[in-house]
Amino acid sequence: MDIGKLVRRGEFEWEAPARGAMRVPAVFFASEALLREMDDKVLEQASNVATLPGIVQASYAMPDAHWGYGFPIGGVAAFDPAQGGVVSAGGVGFDISCGVRCLYTGLRSEDVRAVQAPLADLLFERIPAGLGSVGAISLTPKEMDAMLAGGAQWAVEQGWGEPADLERIEERGRMADADPAKVSAKAKERQRDEMGTLGSGNHYLEVQRVARVYDRIVARDWGLEEDDVVVMIHCGSRGLGHQIGSEFLRRMATAAPGFGIELPDRELACAPLDSELGRAYLGAMRAAINCALANRQILTHLVREAFAEILPAARLPLLYDVSHNTCKREVHTVDGAPRTLYVHRKGATRAFGPGHPDLPEPLREHGQPVLIGGSMGAGSFVLAGAAGAEARAFASACHGAGRAMSRQQAVRRWRGRQVVDELAERGILVRSPSSRGVAEEAPGAYKDVEAVVEAADRAGLARRIAWLKPLVCIKG
Amino acid sequence: MEDRWEHYEHDADVGVRGIGSSMARAFEQAGLALTAVVTDPASVRCERPVEIACEAPDAELLFAEWLNAIVYEMAVRRMLFGRFEVRIDAAGSDGMRLAARAWGEATSPKRHAPAAEIKAATYTTLRVAQLPDGRWLAQTVVDV
Repeated sequence: MDIGKLVRRGEFEWEAPARGAMRVPAVFFASEALLREMDDKVLEQASNVATLPGIVQASYAMPDAHWGYGFPIGGVAAFDPAQGGVVSAGGVGFDISCGVRCLYTGLRSEDVRAVQAPLADLLFERIPAGLGSVGAISLTPKEMDAMLAGGAQWAVEQGWGEPADLERIEERGRMADADPAKVSAKAKERQRDEMGTLGSGNHYLEVQRVARVYDRIVARDWGLEEDDVVVMIHCGSRGLGHQIGSEFLRRMATAAPGFGIELPDRELACAPLDSELGRAYLGAMRAAINCALANRQILTHLVREAFAEILPAARLPLLYDVSHNTCKREVHTVDGAPRTLYVHRKGATRAFGPGHPDLPEPLREHGQPVLIGGSMGAGSFVLAGAAGAEARAFASACHGAGRAMSRQQAVRRWRGRQVVDELAERGILVRSPSSRGVAEEAPGAYKDVEAVVEAADRAGLARRIAWLKPLVCIKG
Repeated sequence: MEDRWEHYEHDADVGVRGIGSSMARAFEQAGLALTAVVTDPASVRCERPVEIACEAPDAELLFAEWLNAIVYEMAVRRMLFGRFEVRIDAAGSDGMRLAARAWGEATSPKRHAPAAEIKAATYTTLRVAQLPDGRWLAQTVVDV
């Protein structure tokens, strides 16, 4: 990105002042190096978002920002319904409520290494992953609507997991005001047999060990010690979310002229929050959030069953479950006064700071756990929402490393077999139904997640707590 | 020149492009490009036909609808498609209509080793246009 026109507001904060049709500035949180590496489209898209009606404060981009669909991935933007604010399907994305969940195991890495290959094989067998895979259950229409209204709460009621799990999920496992009636028959049909499936692409299930602790106090309070083993699950709302995303993108794109909204980019399609279409989307999107939460809850149960067979001493309670493609109604302080805003986080994670009332009591002191996925080689990070994040970007942080090259480039550079072998030499076992899929997800295809996370930390969005490295990686 | 398909670069996802002697042929080729995101189209046996119909106010939205319709059929039928036959008609002031037949078979994880699962067609770099030599191009990025 050409940073010549940006104004530096801090060591890790930059601004593109509002000009032309922009109603607010575009603000970027990143190191200078990360910023220069970003593609030009990030600046263009963040500036386009700044032109939308009712936008409040600024259009934000996180340290891992890259070219997205209307909104940059790694984009945050909040809108005020009282000011004609809008909701945008592109500002949430096609994988509504894609997110990450972290489970404790109570095990140490040597416990896993003793059975590493059988564990990898069993997880690969038990976790449906990849195109064409079928979930453990098939939902009747009535069950489908109950799931869409109830989310992980519904799943727990059906016997998938424990009530205690719900405390450790955003929205306590159930997104309120979901409207299953606004979800199309096609979306429900697409989801019918997909409950409890991992998906494909950059989705994964990993068994990881804590490789490094940055903040001993928080790590201790969160039960993370060096060499502890955890499980991370990264996936979203599956076919239902994708179908809702495409259907509403089309509806919003064709309706925009009727609302008098001039779209700089057709993909920025949106509708006023205070409109039937806007409300319909919110109702459907919230149902998709519930679908993602229920999906990760079912996968959790499958993981627990697999561990019970191979490592019966393990107990897998939840640390936390975060989502990164959502639009949520939240109260934030703007110019000293509280305002109800609709905050889009597209490839960005909510990062409530210490003391936030929405956090469960055991986590409130240090702020919300923010789970950041890197690549199979680089590992993942656990961060804690920083006190300053609220003022900076409506309590938001990044979500991952972002890709450094296209899928085709990755496939030209690496062979899946080669990637699997190299990782095995480093003690990481990969299981995937597709060799090409592994090549596309090769560690070298991703940006440096360490740099992204350091920038998020030093920009005051979320503090580094622990660095985790994979032992087993299940990919779709 | 022959009708053909290709992929083009995009960051986290992939662009699918069809080029053909007519808009309909370009749409057919783009369908193959879509399959190729998942597996080699040549490995898909064209055993069963599936009827697809969609409509949209303009050619580009129609193209996105077409791809999304294929994605939907792939998902709910758990099939892959190796051949497409497309017909496109103008529907007066209401825009455009597409009727098609997609030929394929049940997805076989062993034989097809699906590399990815397509989430949806996006509007990023969405374009349907006639080229200077008279051939048609239809393309967009798909989210995987």
